[in-house]
Amino acid sequence: MTSPTLGRANDLGLSLQQQRQRAAFWFLAPMVVALFCVAAWPLLRTIWFSLTDTSMDNLYGGKFIGFDNYLRVQTLSNGTVRYRGTLVDPAWWNAVWNTIRFSVVSVTLETIIGLGIALVLNAEFKGRGLVRAAILIPWAIPTIVSAKMWAWMLNDQYGILNDIMMNLGLIDTKIAWTASNDTAMIAVLIVDVWKTAPFMALLCLAGLQMVPRDIYEAARIDGVHPVKVFWKITLPLIRPALMVAVIFRMLDALRIFDLVYVLTPNSAATKTMSVISRENLFEFNNFAYGSAQSTLLFAILAIFVSLYIWLGKVNLSGEGR
Amino acid sequence: MSFGYRGRAMRTAAVAAMLAVVSAPVMADEIFYVSGAVGNAVENFKTLVKPWEEATGHTVTMVPMPASTTDQFAQYRLWLAAGSADIDVYQTDVIWAPQLADSFVDLSEVAKDLAPTHFPSIIESQTVGGKLVALPIFTDAPALYYRTDLLEKYGVAVPKTWAELTTAAQTIQDGEKATNPDFWGFVWQGNSYEGLTCNALEWVKSHGGGQIVESDGTVSINNPNTIAALEQAKAWVGTISPGGVLAYQEEEARGVWQTGNAAFMRNWPYAYGLGNGDDSAVKGLFTVTTLPVGKEGDPSAATLGGWNVAVSKYSTKQEAAISLAMYLAGPEAQKQRAIAESNLPTIVSLYDDADIAAAQPIIPQWKDVFLNAVPRPSAPTLGKYAEVSSKFFNAVHATLSGNGSAADNLAALEADLNDLKGDAW
Amino acid sequence: MDGMKLLKSASFYLLVVVIVVFSVFPFYYAIVTSFSTGTALFSVHYWPVAWDWSNYESVLGGRTFPRNILNSIFISSVTVAFALTLAVTASYALARVRFRGRALLLMTILGVSMFPQIAVLAGLFELMRYLNLLNTPWALIISYTIFTLPFTVWVLTTFMRDLPVEIEEAAIVDGATPWIIITKVFMPLMWPAMVTTGLLAFIGAWNEFLFALTFTMTEVQRTTPVAIALLSGASQQEIPWGPIMAASVIVTVPLVILVLVFQRKIVAGLTAGGVKG
Repeated sequence: MTSPTLGRANDLGLSLQQQRQRAAFWFLAPMVVALFCVAAWPLLRTIWFSLTDTSMDNLYGGKFIGFDNYLRVQTLSNGTVRYRGTLVDPAWWNAVWNTIRFSVVSVTLETIIGLGIALVLNAEFKGRGLVRAAILIPWAIPTIVSAKMWAWMLNDQYGILNDIMMNLGLIDTKIAWTASNDTAMIAVLIVDVWKTAPFMALLCLAGLQMVPRDIYEAARIDGVHPVKVFWKITLPLIRPALMVAVIFRMLDALRIFDLVYVLTPNSAATKTMSVISRENLFEFNNFAYGSAQSTLLFAILAIFVSLYIWLGKVNLSGEGR
Repeated sequence: MSFGYRGRAMRTAAVAAMLAVVSAPVMADEIFYVSGAVGNAVENFKTLVKPWEEATGHTVTMVPMPASTTDQFAQYRLWLAAGSADIDVYQTDVIWAPQLADSFVDLSEVAKDLAPTHFPSIIESQTVGGKLVALPIFTDAPALYYRTDLLEKYGVAVPKTWAELTTAAQTIQDGEKATNPDFWGFVWQGNSYEGLTCNALEWVKSHGGGQIVESDGTVSINNPNTIAALEQAKAWVGTISPGGVLAYQEEEARGVWQTGNAAFMRNWPYAYGLGNGDDSAVKGLFTVTTLPVGKEGDPSAATLGGWNVAVSKYSTKQEAAISLAMYLAGPEAQKQRAIAESNLPTIVSLYDDADIAAAQPIIPQWKDVFLNAVPRPSAPTLGKYAEVSSKFFNAVHATLSGNGSAADNLAALEADLNDLKGDAW
Repeated sequence: MDGMKLLKSASFYLLVVVIVVFSVFPFYYAIVTSFSTGTALFSVHYWPVAWDWSNYESVLGGRTFPRNILNSIFISSVTVAFALTLAVTASYALARVRFRGRALLLMTILGVSMFPQIAVLAGLFELMRYLNLLNTPWALIISYTIFTLPFTVWVLTTFMRDLPVEIEEAAIVDGATPWIIITKVFMPLMWPAMVTTGLLAFIGAWNEFLFALTFTMTEVQRTTPVAIALLSGASQQEIPWGPIMAASVIVTVPLVILVLVFQRKIVAGLTAGGVKG
């Protein structure tokens, strides 16, 4: 904001700038208060719980125990030393690995499919509006509902997916999608991609529509191959939009909870960080331990986002333009 | 107790009061009762508590919850942990008592006359350190469903042991597969969830492999009998049971069964009524028996299910709440439940009740199944039960899906459970 | 050449058909299932075998489902209004006024949008209890700001930053207060962005499950996703697929209509502000 006009506005007097800043304060205050109450305070509570031995039976009676929930060293009576805590818990690391695997695969697939759909929708054709609305249906369906719908369709005996694949001759025995460890993750991925690829497509489409039409026109006249146009012109131009879309999707994917919880609640092959934290928080008698896991989940997300912004040079705040 | 005339009079009065929008008497409390709700549970519950409401002047509002017991448990835990006074009476699963004991009122004093009329094993399951945490309102135990027509067709006897079941299922399946490629010998619940703990506990117990954690707290799961039981179950997957059985809960198994695609099924009593529905392919073609055993002469084992009522210690209307709990666990309410919803009573004498036998002939039949019921190890493991069960069904599921041998998985499970136990549960 | 062209457009339309089938088929199948009852559910049908409305009757005739729909509408609408009100003023301050810590504040808001719901559930529950809001729509409306507000602020800030300085300047010269500038100058320009973010917030609130389940304690206060999860069969283990699918269709249809009506605006809004790098 270095435009000379604003400089002139500032010359009108300090009082105007002060007035604007005071107004800004009052405009921001309600939002900050709201976010503090619903986000900061509960998160601080969780971090605090993670440093205590609080249990669900006695929420207010926890004692401070430092980082024992994360890592502690025990020396047994026979002299052996062992480590305990989330950071050495194989179940936790399994969940971390599951989450990362899921996020990378699903976001990659969603980006590719979403971009593909967006390219199709960016072309002019009859009924484009209807198709555009149709692809938004999966995204509008509540997750809990779509998870149930897919659980129904993925059922091995009377699910329609096996039926279709049998009829097409793709498989010869019915696949137990959600049961076997090999396919449980695939099942979750199918549903997630189905549900979120349209949203990705929409974001890509928004980016595509900002690309001026005459660039394509010029490329067509010059006889540049469409594939080359995509790689050399389209992709670089929509890259910023794509990067932001990917980061928002990635955040959602890393936190994924309800889909896994409804579809394959107990499968070790799909248990994600959110699912395992919830299990420890509310189901098992490990409230503080679960709090530690939620805190770690938050920390992992924060580190990931910082890395992404830094490495991808994503200008999220838009400052300094 | 009879509510005949007085009940009618009070009902009229109540209607009049409602029409006149007169506020209720000061001493009348509104009790909130939370429960997992299925089918017409809310309507049935209204009818069920009507006599109590009329007799005491209090009212009950039922708060229905998801049918999934794990969802309910997490929710109740949070409410109780926060000391919420919004719910007065909780309907609790048979395995929850030790985990939620601290938040409920001790009922042993008020129920000292009522408790002895119930099956002692159930009362025991709800007693934690001398404190009667909850009163049983109905019980549940699974049985072996089998197709009478098919057993007859192939000349197979009703299986007594798991080995007999295996051969019988194989014989029928081989014969039926020729005309129906979707046919399977035996369906059960193999998804990794609490239901697998129930299934596996039955195999293990009936093979003489103990009950995971014994009542004195020792971890007994790693023994040759358990290994044999699990190896046998593993052999079913893909032979007499579909590969997908590892994702089955009760409904999936019933789906296969009720479309006529299975010879045997392990399931709870609810599948009986539904299987005899008008649109069922197996209507009138099946019956139930006790679950098979490891070797002849061993006692059969059926996992004890069932529901209880507990009064929150944070309730501000405890007197009314306790009175409601007592009523629900009492003979009239249990009898009504048995007749209206075919819930198995927990009061011994009701199994000889003529009205029940007439309305629900299956209930007396279920008494045999029920007498062999084994509790899940929730009492010895106290607050850790959910975690123990989760580790157990995960180890079993891994074994069934072929990730490691039964021996290896059980050895690891034993170490894990001992770790979890620490010095004491 | 003509044949080539025909082939090209044929394969293009084939692609379109594949996309539509991929997106719509599960919903279509839910509709098919919602017309089946009893044992018919356990066999595969590709089109409705009969127009059996009984699942719809049982859902809508249920004790509280219509009430749950009203709750959802009320909660989602108020959530949107609440989020937009807070966000419009806040994003004006963030986009148009220079002050220290602005970048930090923006990053913090982004940070909030990555909070795992699970991590704040227990704390939020305590807060709602303290404020005595449990089992009221307000508990949900307030807690939904955790995911609607950061997003809304973010999009609107980006959008507002890109509006030319001149329009505001003229108002300042005329002596307009910041409030007047927001309501009279910016609001009329921001409709596309507000419709988009509003719709996204609406869908987010409409579909939310975990908070809705935890913070409500009676049937009449629940929202539709919870009500659907609570639909139950005649017994403990039975899952009523028919009514679940019918209810799913009922709650999804309004959203589909909203999306149909606003789809042009959604794309325009996102183009205008949402996804600029």
